Amino acid sequence: MKPDPSAVGRRARYEVAKRVGSPLLDAASLLRRTTRKKKPPHPGPFGPPLACTGALKDLMTRHYFEGRYADGAVPVAWVTSGFPVEVLRALGYHTVYPENHAALLSVSRLVPELSGPLEAEGYARDLCGYARADIGSVASGKTPVGRLPKPDLLACCTNICQTVLYWYRDLAARFRVPLVLIDTPFVYGAPQPHHLAYVRDQLGEVIDVAERVAKRRLDWGHLREVVKTAREGTELWGECLRAGTHTPSPWTGFDSFFHLAPIVTLRGSEACNAYYRTLRDELRHRVKAGIGGLVEERYRLMWDNLPVWFNVREMSTLLAEGGFNFVCTTYTNAWYEAGRRVEADDLMGSAALAYTRILLNEDLPSKLALMKRLATDYDVQGAVLHSDRSCKPYSIGQIDLKERLQRDSGIRVLLLEACHADPRAWAKEQAEARLHAFMETFG
Amino acid sequence: MSEVAAVGVDVGSTTFKAVVLGAGGALLGSRVEPMHPRIEPQAERVLAALRDEFAAPHNTPVGATGYGRRRVPGATRVVTEITCHARGAFHRLGRAGTLVDIGGQDTKVIRIGAAGEVMDFAMNDKCAAGTGRFLEVILGRLHVPFDEVLAFYAAAHKAVAISSTCTVFAESEVVSLVANGDPIEGIVRGLHVSLASRVGQLAGRLPEGSEVFLSGGVALNAAMVDALALALGRNVTVVDRPQLLGAVGAALMVAR
Repeated sequence: MKPDPSAVGRRARYEVAKRVGSPLLDAASLLRRTTRKKKPPHPGPFGPPLACTGALKDLMTRHYFEGRYADGAVPVAWVTSGFPVEVLRALGYHTVYPENHAALLSVSRLVPELSGPLEAEGYARDLCGYARADIGSVASGKTPVGRLPKPDLLACCTNICQTVLYWYRDLAARFRVPLVLIDTPFVYGAPQPHHLAYVRDQLGEVIDVAERVAKRRLDWGHLREVVKTAREGTELWGECLRAGTHTPSPWTGFDSFFHLAPIVTLRGSEACNAYYRTLRDELRHRVKAGIGGLVEERYRLMWDNLPVWFNVREMSTLLAEGGFNFVCTTYTNAWYEAGRRVEADDLMGSAALAYTRILLNEDLPSKLALMKRLATDYDVQGAVLHSDRSCKPYSIGQIDLKERLQRDSGIRVLLLEACHADPRAWAKEQAEARLHAFMETFG
Repeated sequence: MSEVAAVGVDVGSTTFKAVVLGAGGALLGSRVEPMHPRIEPQAERVLAALRDEFAAPHNTPVGATGYGRRRVPGATRVVTEITCHARGAFHRLGRAGTLVDIGGQDTKVIRIGAAGEVMDFAMNDKCAAGTGRFLEVILGRLHVPFDEVLAFYAAAHKAVAISSTCTVFAESEVVSLVANGDPIEGIVRGLHVSLASRVGQLAGRLPEGSEVFLSGGVALNAAMVDALALALGRNVTVVDRPQLLGAVGAALMVAR
């Protein structure tokens, strides 16, 4: 078969972007950082900023930059955060995570602008803000990353919520590309053998479709390598998180929300692991040197649910001024708990188990047990449970969780109503009054 | 004249409250007036008047609370209403319990420990239903003056169900009920039952044997006290001068 000349051209452009464009971007960023006049340290409540934040920005810039040239050059898949991405990575897909993209939209406070026209079409404002923002971005073409590559495949796993199914069906109708689905039964207690067999069968079907779309066969040896890399990345991320068990914690939970991006979007790649080695080493150094995420860490807290992306800086400053640090979060921890269960010598079986036993796919007693363990391991005195209007599966049961944590772990707990994506659901004064009152209860 | 120990200001969403405390937290004087959108001049004027009246020196400590707490000029300390209401209630009653504060903009349920500390709290979400504003709006629509609310409430044979949980929709619902010929007394009772049920949800499972205290402007409404006692299934103790409790707590936080 003769190669398609336009595909060859696209591939060449993609390779140039990757091999020439990305290194140039890195060099420009390095130059900017080294020649920028150093600002005197800000006399605020935070410790010195993490040096590797610049590398994080570079990594994510490269990922989105290369993505601009990916469609037509390599197979492209849009993927939910809980999807077994290792298979797609091994088949050479460039992956786009609409959830990560929507987090960028949320930080940039673009959700109302992108969601507004959709709401006028009849999409309810009660739907997840990520879904509304992402579909709004597809419909309008507006994105802060320049351009997202068109997908050849949509890959969705319902282990994080059922909304993703409808979200991806919407995308499938817009892009007219195949949608593969992994439906994970909700776990009460422990997953049953027939649950795992059901998920395992679907994994097999996903591989068939993904191979057809990518026009290549899966190299199982390569998949084992990708799984090992993904698992190593997960372990590295876990090491970074566990740095927070030290007092003072070398970083804040709010830092960890941003440094989560590579394990979500680049899991299974060496670039991801290289970044987390750098972050882990820096955190180790800070622990050794006694450098904290806050200048004075007086109280240690746990955060439950997604962050309020558009208000992270303000909220973290408000709390930091009182010496309160989120040293652990159930959200960032979720990317450590699952991925490490995938084994290279039992790929399908272990992947079925790992991707079924996701925090949001497990019952309340499991979530409570996890939170109690985190409360002990990270030695927290309190917790803030974000009741998130955009994420009902994560928020359901929090009133009971609050009572149990107070009773069983003896910590103070605040239920804070907000939204991770849409600033229109945020009442600043009321939220801040609750946070101030919560801080006052610590004396 | 007794020496002034502190001044407390509670800038709420509906009313502006200020108190002057003497030795031991004795209430020497108070002011309650509608909240003005320009908070600073209002606070300056009221504080100056109280200082003059009670011959308080200019360095008298001022504690500020309420939604406008950060706008009180010269406040010695700024503290949230949660902490201030708990402090005020414990000072008045001297025992642990569950304090329900129904204010103009929000309703709080505060669990007070044996030493007067805040053990836990819950507040209504971003909605006026379940607050004093809910009653104010709908009683206004029914032309029932505040001093006649109890008579209407008590005269009802049964409460008319108000199903809406939103102040705006409840107002339309009440308009429909009036148009249908439902008795005003039953509607007034239904409103109180509805509000009490919202507060009951917020209070959740009250600890066994925990006493319930009530503060905030709505505590002056005896019909509400009755409805709340029925909803919670236990006696409700109205704290003395309930509307001033936040300001008293703010003053106690800074008292010399």
